[in-house]
Amino acid sequence: MFAEIEQYFRTERLPHIWCPGCTNGIIVKSIVEAIQKAGLDQDKTVIVSGIGCSSRATGYLNFNTLHTTHGRALAFASGVKLANPELNVFVITGDGDCTSIGGNHFIHSARRNMDLNVILFNNNIYGMTGGQYSPMSPSGAKATTAPYGNIERPFDICNLAIAAGATYVARGNSFNTRQLTDIIYNGIANKGFSFVEAIASCPVYYGRKNKLGNAADMLKWQRDNCITKEAADRLPLEKKQGKVVTGILHHEPAPEYTTEYQKIIDKFQGGEES
Amino acid sequence: MNVTSINARLMQGNQACAEGAIYAGARFYAGYPITPSTEIAEVLAERLPQVGGKFIQMEDEIASMAAIVGASLTGAKSMTATSGPGFSLKQENLGYAVLSEVPCVVVDVQRLGPSTGGPTAPSQGDIMQARWGTHGDHPIIAISPSSVQECFELTVKAFNLSERFRIPVLMMLDEVIGHMRERIIIPAPGELEIVDRKKPKVAPSQYVPYEPQDDSLVPPMANFGEGYRYHVTGLLHDDTGFPSNSPAVMGEHQDRLHEKIRRGLHEIIMVEEVQTEDADVLLVAFGCMARSAARAVKEARAKGQKVGMLRLITIWPFPEEALRQLAEKVKAIIVPEMNLGQVVDVVKSAVEGKVPVYGICQADGEIIPPERILEKIEEVL
Repeated sequence: MFAEIEQYFRTERLPHIWCPGCTNGIIVKSIVEAIQKAGLDQDKTVIVSGIGCSSRATGYLNFNTLHTTHGRALAFASGVKLANPELNVFVITGDGDCTSIGGNHFIHSARRNMDLNVILFNNNIYGMTGGQYSPMSPSGAKATTAPYGNIERPFDICNLAIAAGATYVARGNSFNTRQLTDIIYNGIANKGFSFVEAIASCPVYYGRKNKLGNAADMLKWQRDNCITKEAADRLPLEKKQGKVVTGILHHEPAPEYTTEYQKIIDKFQGGEES
Repeated sequence: MNVTSINARLMQGNQACAEGAIYAGARFYAGYPITPSTEIAEVLAERLPQVGGKFIQMEDEIASMAAIVGASLTGAKSMTATSGPGFSLKQENLGYAVLSEVPCVVVDVQRLGPSTGGPTAPSQGDIMQARWGTHGDHPIIAISPSSVQECFELTVKAFNLSERFRIPVLMMLDEVIGHMRERIIIPAPGELEIVDRKKPKVAPSQYVPYEPQDDSLVPPMANFGEGYRYHVTGLLHDDTGFPSNSPAVMGEHQDRLHEKIRRGLHEIIMVEEVQTEDADVLLVAFGCMARSAARAVKEARAKGQKVGMLRLITIWPFPEEALRQLAEKVKAIIVPEMNLGQVVDVVKSAVEGKVPVYGICQADGEIIPPERILEKIEEVL
């Protein structure tokens, strides 16, 4: 454990449950580094998660933590944030949790623009239940429930977030941690719904099923196949084929929900019964 | 009570429920429109910001239930309201609130089911769903008001019980009670008791979030943001709040959830007895059916028939003891209910064959009229 971030962990809860080679821990480190960099008060920060491998992160984090039901983290988080807008609220979720069972909460949370910081750990698979395909498994990918290859098409979840009204959308990966920390940090600064897709690797289920090599090979894939938005903007279309674009993809501030609600309350002079 | 034109109002049951929530200190409501409960959301959308509270219309019933649990964890007394189809969707996170012991109030204005059923037709068909709707063994508190006045006062009571016992409390209205308008006396501020959750007395470093501090077995509850950094999960867990796979820990957790309610039964169980002293026939009724049953008691008495009523105000936990005592005295029990036999079987089980129990069960969207109850009384006498 790195001494400078140890205060953010419940070290007595470690070791974590994640498999060898899983990159969830790397992403969690970026989250706490971003929190530290932003100087957020640990006592005023709430981290909410759903169900799945990545959602277990809340148990290890030394904040007010809320491990909720499958897909519902954003709805719980919305209640926390609206009831007490002073709290900094983060949501940790996975690709199955957020984009499948939680899909409706996701688009409406993006639309509502409450000040939430959402980090989606995308490992392209349901890991906790043993390797079923998710709405973010690529077409053709194998999974225990797609033994002949996935015939569905995956979401581009960042595009979906933008279309649904998210005011800050970024993508990073677990190889380039400096970039990941930066985009989470910039999301914290955005007063509104901030969404970060963090590409994770699951060597045990996704990697093994799809013959992607070991944990190091999967990280190398992230290194070799992700390009920054700045670089992508300079490349001709044919050179971008098959590449995953990372960095800040969208930032368009809009009125934040709890701020707008407070304006209604203020009309009644701060809460005396009329 | 000093009745003046200021505190006497003509009010709808749903509105009284919403006003009762504000009186109880509710400052957060999340909901989704559904007949016949929507007025509760509409009233609170207008009223909550006036008192510094928050209202939000969520994307669905599941999210509404989730949001009130999240809000309650910050210390806000929280409520949602729905009807049958929405009540089905609430069950997932209702179970979460039971297990993680987060106080909240859920109103179900019952309509005829199953499925979309009869959206504007009254029913008492969700009584068993209230008890067993979410999966796994769990305790629950459910309350059934029979008047607009009770919609107000029992909503206050529901919040008090949820705060006291750290459990979701269900307000089981029905379409008749929810949409009926009658005269109500609004209690003056301070007139009704208001209960707030117990807060920890120890420093954050000493706080063990699920460790009971007294015989009530209800642990003190810190709000998020107050410096007590603890973990809340829907997994079975030990006193620290962290999950465990140990059969001993999981069993103890389940036992305590039930035992805290059992120990509080004297505070939770509410019944009303109407002319039961010399009754030969006992009617057991609740919600809007208690009004029809009360009329039947009155008319039967006018004919010289010794009929009384036990009105169930608390439905869950079931008021078994009150019923057993009356079963010793009466010759027959009749249970009129607007479903196909949900409470009558519980009554039969409670009286253990000591006295014959008859149901008048109807699920057609109509209230059972006093005449049908009177016919049954003639039959059994």
